[in-house]
Amino acid sequence: MAQISLTVNGKSRVVDTDPNTPLLYVLRDDLGLNGPKFGCGLSQCGACTVILDGNTARSCSIPVTAARNRKITTLEGLGSVANPHRLQRVFIEEQAAQCGYCMNGIVMTAKVLLDRNPNPTELQIKQALQNNLCRCGSHLRVIRAIQRAASEKA
Amino acid sequence: MLAKPISRREYLQSTGALIVSFSFSGPVSRLLAQTAAPSNGGPDASYLDSWLAVARDGRVTVFTSKVDLGTGVVTALAQIVAEELDVPFKQITMDCGDTAKTVDQFSTVGSRTIERGGPQLRQASAAARLQLLTLASARLDAPVEKLTVSDGVVSVADSPEKKISYGELVGGKRFDTRIAATGTGWDLKVAPEVRAKDPKQYRIVGTSVRRMDLPPKFTGEFTYVQDVRMPGMLHGRVVRPPVVNSKPSSVDENSIKHVSDVVKVVQEGSFVGVVAETQWAAIQAARDLKVAWSTPTTKLPASPDELYAYLKNTKSFRDQVATDKGNPESAMSQASKTFDATYRWPFQLHGMIGPSCAVADVRGDKATIWAGTQGPFRTRQSVADLLGLPEKNVHVIYCEGSGCYGRLSTDDAPEDAALMSRAVGKPVRVQWMREDEHGWEPKGPAQLMTVRAGVDAEGKITGWDFMDRSFPWTESQGMPLLASRQIGLKPKAQGNSNGTGGGGDIYDFENQKILAAGIPWVHEDPTPLRTSNLRAPGELARCFASESFMDEIAADLGVDPVQLRLRYLNSNKRATEALLAAAKKAAWQDRVSGPRGSTGSKALGRGVAMGNRGNTITVTVAEVEVDKSNGKVSVKRITLAHDCGLIVNPDGLRNQIEGNVIQGVSRTLMEQVHFDSAGVKNLDWVSYPIITFQDIPDVEIVLINRPEMPALGGGEPSIVGAPAAIANAVFDAVGVRLREIPLTPERVLTALKTPHASSRT
Repeated sequence: MAQISLTVNGKSRVVDTDPNTPLLYVLRDDLGLNGPKFGCGLSQCGACTVILDGNTARSCSIPVTAARNRKITTLEGLGSVANPHRLQRVFIEEQAAQCGYCMNGIVMTAKVLLDRNPNPTELQIKQALQNNLCRCGSHLRVIRAIQRAASEKA
Repeated sequence: MLAKPISRREYLQSTGALIVSFSFSGPVSRLLAQTAAPSNGGPDASYLDSWLAVARDGRVTVFTSKVDLGTGVVTALAQIVAEELDVPFKQITMDCGDTAKTVDQFSTVGSRTIERGGPQLRQASAAARLQLLTLASARLDAPVEKLTVSDGVVSVADSPEKKISYGELVGGKRFDTRIAATGTGWDLKVAPEVRAKDPKQYRIVGTSVRRMDLPPKFTGEFTYVQDVRMPGMLHGRVVRPPVVNSKPSSVDENSIKHVSDVVKVVQEGSFVGVVAETQWAAIQAARDLKVAWSTPTTKLPASPDELYAYLKNTKSFRDQVATDKGNPESAMSQASKTFDATYRWPFQLHGMIGPSCAVADVRGDKATIWAGTQGPFRTRQSVADLLGLPEKNVHVIYCEGSGCYGRLSTDDAPEDAALMSRAVGKPVRVQWMREDEHGWEPKGPAQLMTVRAGVDAEGKITGWDFMDRSFPWTESQGMPLLASRQIGLKPKAQGNSNGTGGGGDIYDFENQKILAAGIPWVHEDPTPLRTSNLRAPGELARCFASESFMDEIAADLGVDPVQLRLRYLNSNKRATEALLAAAKKAAWQDRVSGPRGSTGSKALGRGVAMGNRGNTITVTVAEVEVDKSNGKVSVKRITLAHDCGLIVNPDGLRNQIEGNVIQGVSRTLMEQVHFDSAGVKNLDWVSYPIITFQDIPDVEIVLINRPEMPALGGGEPSIVGAPAAIANAVFDAVGVRLREIPLTPERVLTALKTPHASSRT
């Protein structure tokens, strides 16, 4: 066990945990952040995605120590139902989900995409989300939502 | 809004409504105990208060065992209630799937929730409205006929200043009204004598109300079953045998000494699991625990060829005749031309993105289970059987899991959690790892279909003989699930049927036989090729066979495939209209299918397929591009016409159709479970790929609304046409028939190299 300091959604947090613990379980069980989801534990599906220093990261497969001294953003860090981030709002407006289990990873990946490329083409959106799996088939609505977020920002 | 998990008592205290649950002590519960309340402890369907409650502030809470599996169906149910009661949609709260609070309306399965659960809630609401009007009549001193309701406020037609709200009417009282309720489950008829609203007056039903569950799903505020945490909760992981089930001959606890925070290794029968203080400890312990497994007694087919030979050669234990008309054999002997073909469908995964998860708290002779189950009452029974408890001692509380498409109608995780919780005396959360889910989820069964037809000298199909040979669902109602079987409970049946529809029953042929043969598949030990209902069970495969076969006949006769179909839809007006609507929307080219001398490596094709699941009609038109150089099939566009009677929520329905189509394309092009005699080989998403963003087709939808009809299912009927429509489009593009799913590049290339043959004969 070790005391590990993290910066999560702009706040400093200290957790006491096995340093090899994947970041996902620390975020969920120690910090109560339910946005990132366990899907595969293998970096294959994207459900656990968080943003680390501006890049997407698969929190199921990186030890918590690798997130030290880095800015961690989870879905909760974007906004809330009461005060949603633009991306969250357009996803709601487009009704761009069914079960929604994969949506954490999709919204977080879209956030990084738009931060880097405010006006992505449809192909660029698809390429950015190529490694995010969705079983319900919400892909078309997701693409529409991201296009809308881009156009509303412009 | 969706209900937060609070007790009915807390609800009452917070809102002031006076409804009474049967677990309460006091005069009311004694009174109710004398009535026909179910012996298992749940609410009595013949009490209005079992269905809904109106609080002082006018909020309406609906109690239903129907649950949202991520399809948005609970929003549609709430629309039905709001409509019937004349209250604003936003005033409805849905409290779903709690066995202590809801009447058992059967599991949320089979695309039947709107069709069966909808009328139950509508009639309960109509009965409540009538009761509220009766109360208002006395309070406002006006006859019921003179009263109108708007946004939950009753007023007198000719003196609108005389008014009173639902909240004021019920404030301080419960309904305390008996209603008629006969039958059980989805056949339960609720207050059938009460006249419901004329659909012509609908203002909420038929509109695209936004889903009540979605906002918190985009912010992390939604509570999935994976997010349930209880005080003192521990974490469990299962340790499954690598192959078909066998017994642990030794479990070496020393092998996990290096993992701290392990609480217990739980072994019971051949069930093995570990419980730890943290998820990470449980994961490491389950991964590293050395278990020596005995040699399994069950052997699985070693290859697909062996599997299909088994399906072909094994005697059926149950023949289900879907259609039996005239004499197909005699028609075929008199035909001027006969056709026959065999089609193969592989085992496929439900493939939940979030693996199975549940929390159990077993204390003494009582158990509380938080589960994403499609059937809270079924899970209650399965856990009660597992633990040897009476059903009334098990309380199941529904919390949504990951989209499951039938997988959680047989929810295994609650049993794993219950065994481990009992062993440690604390709440235990169990989550399956990815390899557990891929390896041990009950799969959609493999199927082998043979179709024969006879055509007379005028080119008319006179005889049709369709046979589906399919495995039953080894994990169906009444059959013990995985953990139950591991501790020694035995299956007592052969398993439910994988369905019978889709074998050409939409057409009217003079001589027609459609049969589904059940091939035995219940093994002595549970196997990774255990089976259950997968979205539109069996019907994708049967539709793939029958609708590919229709296309083969059309091509051979030199007839456009839409035109050929129209000839046999005779009296089926809805199917005819849907077919024409889809063809129009897709700008269907009326011509004989087959390659048209494309130049270059890529060829385009279009194909059509029809479906009729639960009387919902679908027509799928696929447009594909086939790359002849590498065999890759790209689906460019799917056009889908959909008639499910009255549409409750058009955008919700479109969302479902888009999802069905995309999942259908995935299952058609990519998906098959690989296995050998020892077990399942694809244990992750690399070895079992599903469709990803760059391969998603455009989807065009034609909704056919029929307000004069009842509302039928929309959760799965639109998946059934994708495989045949795509395979038919591939034929149109490159002239080869693919009779085995999935349509992988390898299969297409092989077929292209042997022109005039097909991939399966």
